[in-house]
Amino acid sequence: MTAWEVLGTVLLIGLKSVLLLVALLVFIAYALLADRKIWAAVQLRRGPNVVGPWGLFQSFADLLKFVLKEPVIPAGANKSLFLLAPLIFATLALAAWAVIPLADGWAIADINVGMTYIFAISSLGVYGVIMGGWASNSKYAFLGALRSAAQMVSYEVSLGFVIITVLMCAGSLNLSQIVRAQDTSLGILGWYWLWLFPMFVVFFISAMAETNRPPFDLPEAESELVAGYMVEYSSTPYLLFMLGEYVAIVTMCALGTILFLGGWLSPIPFAPFTWVPGLIWFALKASFLFFMIAMVKAMVPRYRYDQLMRLGWKVFLPLSLVMVFVVAFVLKLTGLAPVS
Amino acid sequence: MTAAAAFFYLFAAITVASGFMVIASRNPVTSVLFLILAFVNAAGLFVLMGAEFLAMILVVVYVGAVAVLFLFVVMMLDVDFAELRQGFQDYLPVGGLIGAVFLVELLLVVGSWAIDPGLVHGPLAVAPGGETVTNTQALGLVLYTNYFFFFQVAGLILLVAMIGAIVLTLRDRPGVKRQDISIQNARTQADAVEVRHVPTGQGVEV
Repeated sequence: MTAWEVLGTVLLIGLKSVLLLVALLVFIAYALLADRKIWAAVQLRRGPNVVGPWGLFQSFADLLKFVLKEPVIPAGANKSLFLLAPLIFATLALAAWAVIPLADGWAIADINVGMTYIFAISSLGVYGVIMGGWASNSKYAFLGALRSAAQMVSYEVSLGFVIITVLMCAGSLNLSQIVRAQDTSLGILGWYWLWLFPMFVVFFISAMAETNRPPFDLPEAESELVAGYMVEYSSTPYLLFMLGEYVAIVTMCALGTILFLGGWLSPIPFAPFTWVPGLIWFALKASFLFFMIAMVKAMVPRYRYDQLMRLGWKVFLPLSLVMVFVVAFVLKLTGLAPVS
Repeated sequence: MTAAAAFFYLFAAITVASGFMVIASRNPVTSVLFLILAFVNAAGLFVLMGAEFLAMILVVVYVGAVAVLFLFVVMMLDVDFAELRQGFQDYLPVGGLIGAVFLVELLLVVGSWAIDPGLVHGPLAVAPGGETVTNTQALGLVLYTNYFFFFQVAGLILLVAMIGAIVLTLRDRPGVKRQDISIQNARTQADAVEVRHVPTGQGVEV
């Protein structure tokens, strides 16, 4: 490969990344607006409706507001870590999208260990939280960070077992291969959400706990910890934390789409439904999962901390572990296991 | 210089530098954070070697779980390093001696290292299936067939360690109210609520 070819490849990857980043950020902006609108609709409010038609530009106005405000750094804070933490949090959340296939072959890096990569990256996200909480030099922020770290580590375990059951059915760690393994003549009935339904439920709830979404938003429980690890943050660093949080949520939606809802596949496996581009199916499915998560936020009260830990360690962990054995046995006995 | 070499020197330099900063930095929390940086860069080196599964497992296990607990403990304990360094002068000769012994051993090992020429052409137990299977599958095939016994022993050791840690820290405190979800769910209105008739001006015995 000559130097020009290397340069061309690098430029192409860079261009793809920028395109994905812009598309993702616009999607996030409207997902955030949708989140607030759904929340408002459940509570019989209007939600944001002033900026632009039906409040459509609200997120962009918020962005401007955050960027133009003054970043306040507390006097006793560890300055470099304080500013590094939100950067790490947002960057890691975005980094997971490098391997996510939006349509057949539409992944920036279609690597063989895509699933482990996402799992590794999402397990790193806790550092942004814990560094931010510690560097703030504030009790509320520190307690929030500790809670958050414990919560994220706890639910990662059951999330890992859920992913293992899917991997056993698909026979690959490659995200595109996992989607292709669900490409049967059954369409929507052949996807894993039906065959591994208990695991889909566990995944859905664990994803909310992993991303600190309500009803598991204990790290930022405003009645007890003000705003958790974010309490000392303002302006752009705060924006980065919020951005990272929403990117993580949308990542979990995309992951749920890939693992359980057949990724870019059409739910009805014949024309004219198969003519619809895979990207649109993918976006629709991810948006559906996001809608469900937003509805949960609107309807369910916050969990108590000990109940959260009980659910993670005493209910989900044994359940998902048993399901790993059950799925392995069924696959082995019925001969359905994918043979390499 | 190829891109791979450039990345190798980048990752290796950051690994060594952050490894040094782990022992050099004054703040224990910064030390742990540099340790994490060293882990992540070591994972980058694994990727360069083509061992992508090991790289990801390194990040998941060490960075995502072990180092988080490290950081937890260091943050909570509030270690005063100035106090710990008080006896630095006294311990320096002993520590220096141990360090020198390690360095000499390391040099001896590296200096006399030679790859057995028979290994390359002999039956390669480490790579079943050659190029047709991915690293992950190859690792699984080796681990769960040739080394299954060792795998189970390793699991058993971890189980013993876990049970040991639980036994050491388990306290049975009397008088602590615990929540039992199944009992709560099994309560009916008849168990929980009692309607008493209260005569006016007399009250009732509770």
